[in-house]
Amino acid sequence: MDNSVLLVSPAPHVRASVTTRRIMLDVVIALCPALLAATLIFGYRSLLITALCVAVAVVSEWAFERICKREVTVGDISAVVTGMILGLNLPYNIPLWQAAFGSGVAIIIVKQLFGGIGKNFANPAICARIIMLLSFGGAMSTYAYNDTVTSATPLAELTSGENTTSLIDLFLGKYSGCIGETCALALLIGGVYLIARRVITWHIPVTFIGTVFIFSLLVSGFDAIYALRHVLSGGLILGAVFMATDYTTSPSTAWGKVIFGVGCGFITIVIRLYASYPEGVSFAILFMNILNPYICSLTRKKPFGMIKAKERKAAK
Amino acid sequence: MALFRLNGVHLKHHKNTAKMSPERITTPKTIIIPMSMHIGAPATPVVKAGDEVKVGQLIAEAGNGLSSPIYSGVSGTVKKIDEMVTSVGGMTTTVIIETDGEQTVHESVTPPSVTNREEFLAAIGRSGIVGLGGAGFPTPVKLGADVSQIETIVVNGAECEPYITSDTRTMIDDASLVADGISMLMKYLEAKECVVGIEKNKPECIVSMRRALEKVEGAEVRPLPSIYPQGGEKVLVYHTTGKVIKEGALPISCGVIVINCTTVAAIAKFVRTGMPLVEKCVTVDGSAVTTPKNVIAPIGTPVMDLVEFCGGFSEPPRKVIYGGPMMGIALPDMSSPVLKQTNAILVFGRRDATPPEAHACIRCGKCVSSCPFGLSPCDISRAYAKQDGEALEKLRVNICMECGCCSYACPAKRNIVQTNKLAKGVLRKYQMSKKEAGK
Repeated sequence: MDNSVLLVSPAPHVRASVTTRRIMLDVVIALCPALLAATLIFGYRSLLITALCVAVAVVSEWAFERICKREVTVGDISAVVTGMILGLNLPYNIPLWQAAFGSGVAIIIVKQLFGGIGKNFANPAICARIIMLLSFGGAMSTYAYNDTVTSATPLAELTSGENTTSLIDLFLGKYSGCIGETCALALLIGGVYLIARRVITWHIPVTFIGTVFIFSLLVSGFDAIYALRHVLSGGLILGAVFMATDYTTSPSTAWGKVIFGVGCGFITIVIRLYASYPEGVSFAILFMNILNPYICSLTRKKPFGMIKAKERKAAK
Repeated sequence: MALFRLNGVHLKHHKNTAKMSPERITTPKTIIIPMSMHIGAPATPVVKAGDEVKVGQLIAEAGNGLSSPIYSGVSGTVKKIDEMVTSVGGMTTTVIIETDGEQTVHESVTPPSVTNREEFLAAIGRSGIVGLGGAGFPTPVKLGADVSQIETIVVNGAECEPYITSDTRTMIDDASLVADGISMLMKYLEAKECVVGIEKNKPECIVSMRRALEKVEGAEVRPLPSIYPQGGEKVLVYHTTGKVIKEGALPISCGVIVINCTTVAAIAKFVRTGMPLVEKCVTVDGSAVTTPKNVIAPIGTPVMDLVEFCGGFSEPPRKVIYGGPMMGIALPDMSSPVLKQTNAILVFGRRDATPPEAHACIRCGKCVSSCPFGLSPCDISRAYAKQDGEALEKLRVNICMECGCCSYACPAKRNIVQTNKLAKGVLRKYQMSKKEAGK
């Protein structure tokens, strides 16, 4: 027998079946109900916008990595996820060149310039959305629903106090907003799928949405309908389930996630109620992304049986 | 009892051989006995080429300090004293014995007289017994702890590694030996209580050990969750007694002695019969083995003979492992022998042997949530990349028991536990330079 064929590699010799690609694929699957809802509620252009964002994300990741002579990581599907999330965060009538620009910014500036997957300081889709909001303010805040191009969003209505959308319509997504953010039902199905597949844990979505609910309950003098409107309107559920849970830019311990989620929720509701922007989810997540390294080091687990430096000195 | 449960990973158990009583191997033609099968100094051969040896005869006496004597498991002639490369890369002297197939027992094999602690410890000192769970720590040294410190004996029957069932068989087939060993340990070490920790995936062992321990006062069986690594020393002690072994400390620091169930059986066997540790029950399994079996083989039996006894290879072997798939060591060749602490030989074909390609860390935190000791393996990897000893000290990489949960759970298939091992070296270097600077 030829002994030279034996492979010597470090333990462990068995690995879990989960891979980066499988995790990203699960996120894509979880986003499909929202994409379907966007198509049914707004129209076929939803598909076009999302497909364009995905295509630009994948091509720009591939091109950037080829130009920089890095390992090409398009196969891990993370660029597809970024493109898809950004697409679902855009209004129905966004000019296609603007969507393509945003997707390129997300991948090249926010993700690749910081070193690629796992090294970005903030969520690429969030940053791209904020850059687009600041660059194309008009197009980014003109929402369409039922062909009435300039209808007010339920969030704007909450501020003015003229609520025209029923809670059921809010839950099903029949109102004006970004294409992927309106249908709470579809987003929650995706969220439950992600938790069931153990891709994400409940901590961030529940504490994020819970904080918004409780805070709006408090400021309205316990008006549950008002609080529910806050939860179901705008990008809260999309942000809480799919964007705030981004691995790279959120804490890995349970307590870290709780702090992160509560922080996101608090900033969201403060912006919604007291700032000049009607929506605060993107800014809230970006802000917490920046705080993430501090939350991580503050909430690091205490190793089992650890002796603190002080105790060691005292023992001597 | 433990306040909370330490983390770990759920593995596929693959306990294919759990229902198979061990079979004795036909005596191999040649056996190779390395002088270094334990932690500590290698043993010194007392035989030379041409000497006749019998079963149970001393062939190497313990070296200085921490060490263990070695006995022959076969009768035959010493062919030569040779050298070989060990599985961890060092060199060791070996005694190669050509067997005669007679298996004549040496006249020195008579039951020792044991009436008190001193005689008991002296007997164990001659037995050649080392920790049979895999570590190979000389048992007499462990048992020699001050009796006033010893409160609890924890018997390790967790057998948390996939595939391996040699401890399972010990607890089923030799339950009375284990119970005997436990009463000896409790009596001579003056321990008040004894807990046998067994994973719940081995209900037969729990039943047979409970029955065997009925007459042993103060001894009980504690079923453990089937989550790897229940058999890790600190994990086992915490889950059976609730005691936390501090960083850098031994179990005796909280009054506990941890001992593997097969080691306990070997102790009882030696005290009863005088037969030292010369043979081992080894699980032979893996995708490339035709008929997986539990095999009783003399220590020194080449791996190749074991596989041939199990019907040979079902597909070309690509990886051979000493021990389980989580912590076992991959062997460079098939002539390596069964060691004292070998509890399994696993042989895998191409599909199971090829390690997956590693990708960039996505900071998912699965290594953090799977670590039994609450370490942050991903942060340790980053500190190691920067060779940052100070950060590694803060991250307590020294606490890592190298169980491999982090590497197992990693979706990017990074060799995290290997990085932890390397990071310990960086930490040691940093601490040494800090000490020197302090002088």
